[in-house]
Amino acid sequence: MEIVFQHPLFKPLVLTAVLICAFPLLAGYIVLLERKLLGDFQVRLGPMRVGPHGLLQPLADAVKLLTKEDTIPGDADRTIFWIGPVVSTFTALTSFCVLPFSSLVHVADVNVGLLVILAMSSVGVIGVILGGWSSNSQYPLLGSLRGAAQLVSYEVALGLALVSGIMMAGTLSLVEIVRAQEARQVWFVFSNFGLMIVPFVVYFIAATAETNRLPFDLPEAESELVAGFHTEYSGFRWALYFLAEYANMFVVSSVAVALFWGGWLRPFPSAGWLELPLNYGFPALLFLGSGVLCVPMARREAVRWRRNFMYVVGLCLAACALPFLFPPVNQLIIGVFWFVLKVAVLLYVMIWMRGTFPRFRYDQLMDIGWKYMIPIGMGAVLVNAAVGMLLAK
Amino acid sequence: MAEPTFLDSTEMVLNMGPQHPSTHGVLRVILKLDGERVRGTDCVIGYLHRGLEKIGENRTYAMYVPYVDRADYVAAVSNGLGFCLAAEKLLGVEAPPRAQAIRVILAELTRISSHLLWLGTHCLDIGATTPLFYTFREREFIMDIFEKYCGARLTTHAFRIGGLQYETYDEFLDECRSFCEWLPPKLEEYDRLLTGNRILIGRMREVGILNAEDCKAYGVTGPMLRAAGVKWDLRRAQPYSGYENYDFEIPTGERGDTYDRYLVRMEEMRQAARIVRQAADSMPDGPIMAKVPKVIKPPAGEVYVSVEAPKGELGYFVVSDGSTQPYRVRIRPPSFVNLQALDRMARGALVADLVAIIGTIDIVLGEVDR
Repeated sequence: MEIVFQHPLFKPLVLTAVLICAFPLLAGYIVLLERKLLGDFQVRLGPMRVGPHGLLQPLADAVKLLTKEDTIPGDADRTIFWIGPVVSTFTALTSFCVLPFSSLVHVADVNVGLLVILAMSSVGVIGVILGGWSSNSQYPLLGSLRGAAQLVSYEVALGLALVSGIMMAGTLSLVEIVRAQEARQVWFVFSNFGLMIVPFVVYFIAATAETNRLPFDLPEAESELVAGFHTEYSGFRWALYFLAEYANMFVVSSVAVALFWGGWLRPFPSAGWLELPLNYGFPALLFLGSGVLCVPMARREAVRWRRNFMYVVGLCLAACALPFLFPPVNQLIIGVFWFVLKVAVLLYVMIWMRGTFPRFRYDQLMDIGWKYMIPIGMGAVLVNAAVGMLLAK
Repeated sequence: MAEPTFLDSTEMVLNMGPQHPSTHGVLRVILKLDGERVRGTDCVIGYLHRGLEKIGENRTYAMYVPYVDRADYVAAVSNGLGFCLAAEKLLGVEAPPRAQAIRVILAELTRISSHLLWLGTHCLDIGATTPLFYTFREREFIMDIFEKYCGARLTTHAFRIGGLQYETYDEFLDECRSFCEWLPPKLEEYDRLLTGNRILIGRMREVGILNAEDCKAYGVTGPMLRAAGVKWDLRRAQPYSGYENYDFEIPTGERGDTYDRYLVRMEEMRQAARIVRQAADSMPDGPIMAKVPKVIKPPAGEVYVSVEAPKGELGYFVVSDGSTQPYRVRIRPPSFVNLQALDRMARGALVADLVAIIGTIDIVLGEVDR
């Protein structure tokens, strides 16, 4: 047995299996979160029927999508039609292998981690293009053309924004980038007199465009192209595109967190006295509070099993507080906690943007990409390089 | 003409509609596209044709009133008002002052409700999903007033030839007043969310320009005409139902683009609320029905009566042969006439603009197809 645990492939394989199994479920709950938040922005409740407060909605959606008839248009190029969603999902999930969830929890610490993610997101768009083109239908074709154009314009800005962060860290490995922030005792977004906020904003806008989210969801612009590149997809194939989109959201947010927001580091990493309240008190209170808040929600449920379900959810949430109180366990999981919390904040901002903004037009998108984002990104590289050199001396 | 090269793109024909999220019902537009550029549009209508005009020839005048509500079903009250006015003109009667004031209140509430629906769907067309839910919340208030007044929410059949069937319910005027107080803050909320939004301005400015000459040439009326700078409003130009007694502004635009039309409609909602408030404050007492014979049998003749519906000039041309049924009813629907200008506005625009332009015309297919 010992030889199995000590094997260098053990951790990566187990983590990969966990990620691949857990992420579809997690994506389902990100969707539920999105629908609930949008409901809140739009003066309505969001899903309420399947389980109390729609808590079982993701499972119902998954079952529906898996059992739905899978149609392929008659004139479609069947092979490419088949490959499209696979490419998208594969690349999106592959990016997970270099994400640094904490100093211990990461599948692989590759010395070109950021490049892997950039490469995967570039290849991922091929899935969009292939899917749209092979459908042999006009709306998907327009959608995939837009996707290609969008990729070309925003990949450059995205890269330039990342360069600023890489300069600060001096490495491309995501784990090492967070370690560099640990060594400097500061999140990169606040260093260089706050100048690093500029590349972060450029990165975040470009990443939103990269993941086809509103206000940049042109490839699937619902009111223009019906459903854009995946108009002809149904059932499980469509679910794969959907999964890829949410995986990409998670990945770009994770990169932003690792590169700019300190990865698994807690807020104010330089202030040692905050260790206890932030690393122990905050997560414990957060989970305990969520658990307690489930009680009034459960009381309002009229049906008995729904009420009990809500109590169980509350109990589970409250129980999550316990591990954070034991120092040895806390050491293991606190990094993942901060990382996921920061990613969740960025996801919230993305959903918030979706609830607020209208969609850009094709040419306006290009204008912003080429005339604003790329020059600003370049300027940020130069300024941050200069400031960083002065500070280093 | 230069020689064609391999770089020239071929024209793509895209059949948009009748099932499409943003053709507002069952409009079908056959697009000729060069990439994303629209090279030509061809509207195919008639998917909602119900023979509304022909039905009028087989119904008595009173029986036909609920039918016209189904033309522009999001502004049913204005349709009913137009036809009742036409029948009254044929008969030579006029609704009593109280009935006229109540008609004005209901018609202006309908204008607000129609514009709210337009705002929500127009924002949805250009990608903003949230305003739709806000506008439906406000619209619900109006629907409740309608429901309490006459039992129906959408196709109200609120008016009768010669006046009104129902006296108002007890809190009617108070509810109208409280709505008028409630609406302006909500409109300010929309202003904060939308009016200054750079993305929204970018999507609307200089999109779908239709200048005053074009508007007149196409017969375009309503907010689209006013956004082109023409101060033409039938409520002011040829007042009916006592509109001359109320004080209101006619908002106009300058450039005649989508953004101007947006601003004009937003301001029209405020002005409509002003009219409702004035009418509620100066509500006369008295009967609500003029003396109309039991069997409506207008003398032979013909009339054309038009009202300022939320979408433009809504006209009814009614020919009577002296019998109990109209000899011919011709409806001049504003949506149908305004839709003609689509090709003019959309040529050379992008697909995304086309969607915004269809939204800004504010069509209702029930009225286009009749």
